[in-house]
Amino acid sequence: MSFRTDAADSIRKELLAACGEVEGSVAFPASTEEAAAVMRVAAEHELAVVPRGGGSRLSWGTPATRCDLVADLTRMSSVVEHSSGDLVARLQAGARMGDVAAVLAAAGQEIALDVPGGATVGGVVASGLAGPRRLRYGTPRDLLIGITIVRADGTVAKSGGKVVKNVAGYDLGKLFAGSAGTLGLITEATFRLHPLPAARAFVSAEYGPMPGGSGGVVPPGENGAVSVACDAVAAAANSPLVSSAVELVRSAPGGPILVGVLLEGSAEGVQARSMRMANLLGKAEVAVDPPDWWPGAPRAVDGETLIRASFWVSALGQVLDAVETTAGRFGVSPVIEGSAGAGVLYLRVGGEAGAHAVAGFVAGLRGAVAGERNAGQRGAVTVLAAPAPVREELGGRGGMDGAVPGLALMRAVKDQFDPGHRMAPGRFPC
Amino acid sequence: MTARASTLAESLAGAMREICGPADVLTDPLERRTYECDGLTSHRTVPALVVLPEAAAEVAAVVRVCASAGVPFVARGSGTGLSGGAVPHAEGVLIVMSRMRRVLEIDPVSRRAVVEPGVTNLSVTQAAAPHGLFYAPDPSSQVVCSVGGNVAENSGGAHCLKHGFTVNHVLGLEIVTPAGELTWLGDGTGVGSGYDLLGAFTGSEGTLGIVTKIVVKLTPAPEAVHLVLAAYDSLEAGGRAVTDIIAAGIVPAAIEMMDALSIEAAEAAVHCGYPEGASAVLLVELDGPAAEVEAELATVRGICEAAGAREIRAADDPAQRAGIWAGRKSAFAAVGRLSPAYIVQDGVVPRTALGDVLARIAKLSAETGIRVANVFHAGDGNLHPLVLYNDAVPGEAEQAEVVSGAILDACIEYGGSITGEHGVGVDKSRYMPKMFSADDLDTMQLVRCAFDPASLCNPGKIFPTPRLCGEVPGHRRGPHPASASGAEIF
Repeated sequence: MSFRTDAADSIRKELLAACGEVEGSVAFPASTEEAAAVMRVAAEHELAVVPRGGGSRLSWGTPATRCDLVADLTRMSSVVEHSSGDLVARLQAGARMGDVAAVLAAAGQEIALDVPGGATVGGVVASGLAGPRRLRYGTPRDLLIGITIVRADGTVAKSGGKVVKNVAGYDLGKLFAGSAGTLGLITEATFRLHPLPAARAFVSAEYGPMPGGSGGVVPPGENGAVSVACDAVAAAANSPLVSSAVELVRSAPGGPILVGVLLEGSAEGVQARSMRMANLLGKAEVAVDPPDWWPGAPRAVDGETLIRASFWVSALGQVLDAVETTAGRFGVSPVIEGSAGAGVLYLRVGGEAGAHAVAGFVAGLRGAVAGERNAGQRGAVTVLAAPAPVREELGGRGGMDGAVPGLALMRAVKDQFDPGHRMAPGRFPC
Repeated sequence: MTARASTLAESLAGAMREICGPADVLTDPLERRTYECDGLTSHRTVPALVVLPEAAAEVAAVVRVCASAGVPFVARGSGTGLSGGAVPHAEGVLIVMSRMRRVLEIDPVSRRAVVEPGVTNLSVTQAAAPHGLFYAPDPSSQVVCSVGGNVAENSGGAHCLKHGFTVNHVLGLEIVTPAGELTWLGDGTGVGSGYDLLGAFTGSEGTLGIVTKIVVKLTPAPEAVHLVLAAYDSLEAGGRAVTDIIAAGIVPAAIEMMDALSIEAAEAAVHCGYPEGASAVLLVELDGPAAEVEAELATVRGICEAAGAREIRAADDPAQRAGIWAGRKSAFAAVGRLSPAYIVQDGVVPRTALGDVLARIAKLSAETGIRVANVFHAGDGNLHPLVLYNDAVPGEAEQAEVVSGAILDACIEYGGSITGEHGVGVDKSRYMPKMFSADDLDTMQLVRCAFDPASLCNPGKIFPTPRLCGEVPGHRRGPHPASASGAEIF
């Protein structure tokens, strides 16, 4: 991957002048100013730009149809400001979440997102990544209080600030959170922080197929485990004991269901709460450390298809039944895990399943869970990552995202921010 | 010019009557005048036409009529806003949403409710309460303010320190776009695909469209709630207690502070029985599981004592708590007893800068002779200075404006914001360029251009200078230099 033409040579010279470090078709700006200069060069030459942080989720979604230049933000890795008294941290986009966490932990604080340490601030914001504690703390958009971005034409803009309470102007942070690099470069983000809890406890329970069975498959709808597990999830999520996370894992349709609850707080408080939570869940175990099956943020292994189902918690049982029925129909065996208490499950289908079967499973599940989107607004089935053959099969079956409410407005926003469609072109939604 | 445009809006009355019914279209000047302002009474404009739709389809039809005629329109909820966000357009249609006030659904298992925009904030909590749930955002006006208005303003409230703002509790919005189309933003699960237009829309002060249905998140009602009142001889001492509470890793549901002048006013108004002669009263509310609240309560009491409290009271039953809160909640209105007129300011500073900024306010007050009563959300640095003046004294109103503006300047200087919860509206658009660069404001307005290129939806709010949506700076069209030379460079 390198520039090969006379035009490309001059482009590289300009990029080098803009940011000092260019390798092949990758520019490494070291500041917002350099990032803006890079973007101006890209605009001048109409280059398609793909922003990159840790690079671990570049393969998510639909790949960009064109990429002339990668804007790699990893040189912008500093904690610009950590005001512990204000519970606020201003971070450069290329800072690794693990490094940031270490700095914040020294003051007994954290960004309450359960994301991998190697992920970058910008990558987390751009992908909207969040793990189990989304139930209590939300996702990056909920913790982001200020953002600096560079538009496709090189214009630098910011919104929000470094105070948590602030309603001055439109919130560009919300727009850029989850925008997957398609609206511009994120160069800085300011987060509200939370105190690290003094203590935590994991309360977990397993709900198997009805007693007496030896793990045999129970027909959907007659599987007592589903309804008992669903009741446990709802009870934990609705409890005034305040659950930070209510997770569910089922490694195969029809198999036993694991439910785990995270409680955070003071040592005395957590102890008392975890006993009560254990009673709520039935035969449950209490531990200081997460059970070995505790999920993190969603991840996709190469060749796997990563599907997200979101729904109202009252529909959890229907979703689990629909997964089981649909998986059986298409002969796939998805691993189910996620934040059931927050109405989000991630399904991973292994690479051994045929693309046609996987796409059929997605479309079938979408029909069962999402229904008529604009009428009900109660659920969605989204493919977050999939190998090329699955993406192709999905083409005629609702695509990766299915029907998305507000799509026309999203396209209008994209046209305004990136009129030349040069930012990760072709990646969803525009 | 004005007369002609006015006539244009008025000429739509017939079409509006067909949509909403004759009784729900107001043309009479006296009736229209009742809608001339919102909670910010210093800005008044009589709308050319008032309509009161009763369904989303009616709102959409009303907006379509406005859009095709090129007539501006403004949505209004309960009209409690404090920045003039619902001030009507003289040549436009005012769309009053208060007839759409049904709680459509409560799903206690999912902790979700679906409501119409005219529903009052408090009635969502009332509908949820039998299920052990509540709607967390609680602006002081929650008895009357509408959820649709809360969405427009991204309303907070005393408890947003812990529980978040409206934007953290809204999961789906049915809106009428400025072109008059009904669409959903967000899928109602809080896990949307594509751009977070729901988040961008919330807090856009009615400039991106009109909300017709709202899916909100409900929160389990706390098991225990304790309110601690601590009285101090100085704001500094109270401020020390706040700093130490935060440093102890406690996030109270609310931390409020009042200075001597506002305590005096509240005492006179509601006889709240705050400790006599205190220079500062600190209120700290703790909520959550009983075991946690007990532990936090002990810590907070200790911290308040160590900071030199002359008196500490604690209340856990709802009546006692309401009695203590009454003083704080009455403060704005109570100040009316101290002064014939006053400005309610709404600025934010980083919490650690509170002491410096309060000292600056005291100095401004001393220099100008304009009294300032301070009531503030100490936990998040949101100041509500009440700038007192006598409008019968020539020049005093102007001087109060100067003091009020200087307070905002101080907020900006310390890295804060010109508004924490009241919004920009018409009141503060002139301060926006002090907080944001021209490029920042231009970029924000790209969103406006995407939603409302004709700039008909609540025009003249937030931004001091409207952007012309047709111009797209910096964009070029022409052959791609590399592709023109036939090269594939990546």
